[in-house]
Amino acid sequence: MAEISRKLPGGRVLEPHILLYLDGVTVSFDGFKALDSLSLVLEEGELRTIIGPNGAGKTTMMDVITGKTRPDAGTVLFRGGIDLLALDETAIARLGIGRKFQKPTVFDRLTVEENLELATQGGWGLGRLLLGRLEGEGRERVERTLETVGLAELRGEEAGRLSHGQRQWLEIGMLLVQEPRLVLLDEPVAGMSDAETAKTAELIRSLEGRHTLVVVEHDMHFVRELGAKVTVLHEGRVLAEGPVEAVQADPAVVEVYLGRS
Amino acid sequence: MVEARNGRPLLLLLAVGGAILLVPVLNRLVPEGSPFHLEDRLVPRFGKYLAYAVLAVALDLVWGRAGILSLGHGAFFALGGYAMGMYLMRQIGPRGVYAHPVLPDFMVFLNWQELPWYWYGFDRFPFALLMVVLVPGTLAFLFGWLAFRSRVSGVYLSIITQALTFALMLAFFRNDMGFGGNNGLTDFKDILGFPITSPDTRLALYLATGVLLLVALAIAVHLRRSPLGRLLVAIRDGEARARFLGHDTLRAKLFVWTLSAVLAGLAGALYVPQVGIINPSEFSPAASIEIAIWVAVGGRDTILGPVLGAFLVNGLKTWLTGAAPELWLFVLGGLFVAVTLVLPNGIVGLAAALRGRPKRPAAAEPAVGGAEVARG
Repeated sequence: MAEISRKLPGGRVLEPHILLYLDGVTVSFDGFKALDSLSLVLEEGELRTIIGPNGAGKTTMMDVITGKTRPDAGTVLFRGGIDLLALDETAIARLGIGRKFQKPTVFDRLTVEENLELATQGGWGLGRLLLGRLEGEGRERVERTLETVGLAELRGEEAGRLSHGQRQWLEIGMLLVQEPRLVLLDEPVAGMSDAETAKTAELIRSLEGRHTLVVVEHDMHFVRELGAKVTVLHEGRVLAEGPVEAVQADPAVVEVYLGRS
Repeated sequence: MVEARNGRPLLLLLAVGGAILLVPVLNRLVPEGSPFHLEDRLVPRFGKYLAYAVLAVALDLVWGRAGILSLGHGAFFALGGYAMGMYLMRQIGPRGVYAHPVLPDFMVFLNWQELPWYWYGFDRFPFALLMVVLVPGTLAFLFGWLAFRSRVSGVYLSIITQALTFALMLAFFRNDMGFGGNNGLTDFKDILGFPITSPDTRLALYLATGVLLLVALAIAVHLRRSPLGRLLVAIRDGEARARFLGHDTLRAKLFVWTLSAVLAGLAGALYVPQVGIINPSEFSPAASIEIAIWVAVGGRDTILGPVLGAFLVNGLKTWLTGAAPELWLFVLGGLFVAVTLVLPNGIVGLAAALRGRPKRPAAAEPAVGGAEVARG
């Protein structure tokens, strides 16, 4: 862990409890700046909500963190000193950065339990896949995750038969079972009923402290229910940052975002 | 999938084993003259159907399970068949028409003076058996590695498998390839010292094919219960996502693809002594498409489906090519269209639905092309 106290440009030192550090990240597509010198600091175990109008750069920011998009300029550091810009998508995923996309991508023809097992078995060799079984610590992780996402009773059900909300929880489970250091959730409650949204908020709050989570969301009601620190993006920059109430009261935020909805 | 979930695959294997034993029982234990007696001449026909059933199970491993629709599995079947045919040719020895001590008749006729190097060793059964496994296996491994590494999938993969078998057919048609050209290999005399046309040898070959079918089914049953079987389903329904979970999808596909080709080769090796001939028509693209029809008719990604499909379609073919040969190709084409449109899960899927357990369509994809739906 010697890399933790790595010096940053500007001579500052990255604190050990900082999990993710973005500074001056700029991404342009044909002259349009999707991210304009964006800076963001996430602490270990933190739950952070990112909001902003369409085109504010939320998804682009996720793409930069997961290695899907390379920024034109800026610094992205993980767990102290690991330079994410030097790594490809697979290597970043192996570092423990898990991402849930907007569209659920569970395997419909496998059961809830089999989906979670498959996520746990990533990296297994051929012989183990052919002759082995999931036991011990991995089995416990699957059991724990079934409880966490509230699908223990539906473990034997084919994922294709689940409701939209249950599928989203299963997919969050498939991320959690891999024990990522950082979980990125892209609009987890899109298309959910009010009851499902409330249950999802409860699920995400229950993960706080155990996992570091970034939730990108449109739904203000849901953001209030999460009650976490909020970062408002606008035109590729951070417009405001702080507790939900403070952000909601910020005149600049009301102007560009809340005022319109 | 229905069968495996209910934990009854062992019963199914026993049922198939029992059905296989019907032929020897009706042939040997039921006296001649009884309406239930099975004539000796029909035993190799059922043996042929068993070999086709193994071939169908092999194709279903890659198509039903992993979503890789091969329209070239006839090539692996024929290569296994040719390897066995070469052994049977060498067993003829000096008993050929031209009575050459070593050279098969067709080589004498072409005025060849000595045996080509690649015919060496085939006078020994263990060597021939090794080639039955190695030749289709190696070809499948190389072909699969190139195709899967370049992420070729779906219809594109189906088309290049057709090209593969077509190219092999053209090559085997050539006399100077040294595999008997147009006529292929035939006039076999004996296998392992037993006369190949005697009723006892034929029954033994039938039973050997039955054992191979049970082994193939046992592999299929185990595979679908193993973590690898689930991974293959995941690859079929969303390969990119499976890769993202940290799975080496190339290795998994390559393994099941090569395993399937080896099973197809073994089926071909048992097919040849029972039908008495192997020629390049086994490599024809249409022959490979027929295999996919057997599987589709029986039901993809089921244990029993490929076996039922192979028996029913080939039984129909035997009857119809006798009764109304000009109709057969229309019936075959019509069958494929009908199954694709009306019975996406084949006969087994229909049976499950009639028992009141509705099965959703295998996937939201056309039967042909049945491949990776890239998601996420």
